[in-house]
Amino acid sequence: MTWTAAASAAVLAAFLSSLVEAVEALTIVLSVATVRGWKPAGLGALAGVATLALIVLLLGPFLDLVPLHALQLTIGVLLLLFGMRWLRKAILRAAGLIPLHDETAIFAANTAALRQHTQRLDWLAGLASYKAMLLEGLEVVFIVIAVGAGRGLLVPASIGAAAACALVAAVGLVVHRPLARVPENALKFTVGVMLSAFGLFWTGEGLGVSWPGADLVILAFAVLLVLVAALAVPILRRAPQVSS
Amino acid sequence: MKLLAGILKELAGLFVDDGMLALAIVGVIGLAAIVVRFVHDGTGGIVLVAGVLFALFANLMAVTR
Repeated sequence: MTWTAAASAAVLAAFLSSLVEAVEALTIVLSVATVRGWKPAGLGALAGVATLALIVLLLGPFLDLVPLHALQLTIGVLLLLFGMRWLRKAILRAAGLIPLHDETAIFAANTAALRQHTQRLDWLAGLASYKAMLLEGLEVVFIVIAVGAGRGLLVPASIGAAAACALVAAVGLVVHRPLARVPENALKFTVGVMLSAFGLFWTGEGLGVSWPGADLVILAFAVLLVLVAALAVPILRRAPQVSS
Repeated sequence: MKLLAGILKELAGLFVDDGMLALAIVGVIGLAAIVVRFVHDGTGGIVLVAGVLFALFANLMAVTR
C-alpha cells in the first residue's frame, strides 16, 4: 500500500471514529447548556480540552521511546478490544436485540438529571461537560494514536479526527440540538470493522507475524469481519429479546 | 477522588464491555503468541485471525442462550 493510500485510510478511520465520539460529547455539552446555560457548559468543555492537550503534550513524546514491536502489540490489542466492543454492539443493535443508541433520549435523560440538581452550583453542570469532553476526547486521542502511530501516520489521523470534531462542533452550534440524525449504528459498525481489522494487523505485527500483502491484508480482515456480522445478524434476529 | 474513580472506570469500559469476549480475545492473542514463538509466524497469524473471528461469533451466539 502506498503512503497516500495508507494516509487516506488513516484519515477516514480517524474521521469516522471521532465523529461518533464528538456526537456523544456534544449531546452532553448541549444538555448542560440547555439546563444551566452556555457558561458552565463552555467552561467545562474548554477545561476538558485543556486537560486533554496537557495529557497529549506530557505523554506524546514518550511514544517515540517505546520499542516499535511493543508499541504495535499494545496498540493492536487495545484496538482489537475497542473495535470488537463496538462491532459486537453494532451487530446486536442491527439484529434488534438491544435498542439503538438514541441521542435524543440521552439528551432528555441528561437534562432531566441536571434539572434535579437545581439547588446545586453551576460547577456540577460544568463538571458534567468537563467529564464528557475529557472521556470522549481521550477516546479520540486513543484512536489517533492507534491508527497513526508506528508508521508515520499520526498527522493524517490527527487531521481526520480534528475535521470530525470541528464538523460536529460547527453543526452543533448551528442547530443547538443533539445530532440524532447521524446514523450512529451504521457508523459504529463501519468503525468497529475498521478498528478491529487494524487491531488484528497490528497485534500480528507486534507478535512478529509477516502478513502476506503487507498493509493490504487489512482489507481482507475487514471483509472477514463483515462476513461474520452478515452471518450472525440473521441468526440473532430470530432470537428472543435480551437486555445486554 | 470519586470523579477520578469514575473516569478510570469509564476508561476501562472503553475496551471491555463484555468480559467474556475481552477474555477470549486476550486468550487467542496469547495462543497466537505461543504459536508464533514455537511453531511458525504464518500459523500464528492464522490462529490470531480465525480465533478472534470465532470468539466474536461464539460470543454473539451465546447472547441468544
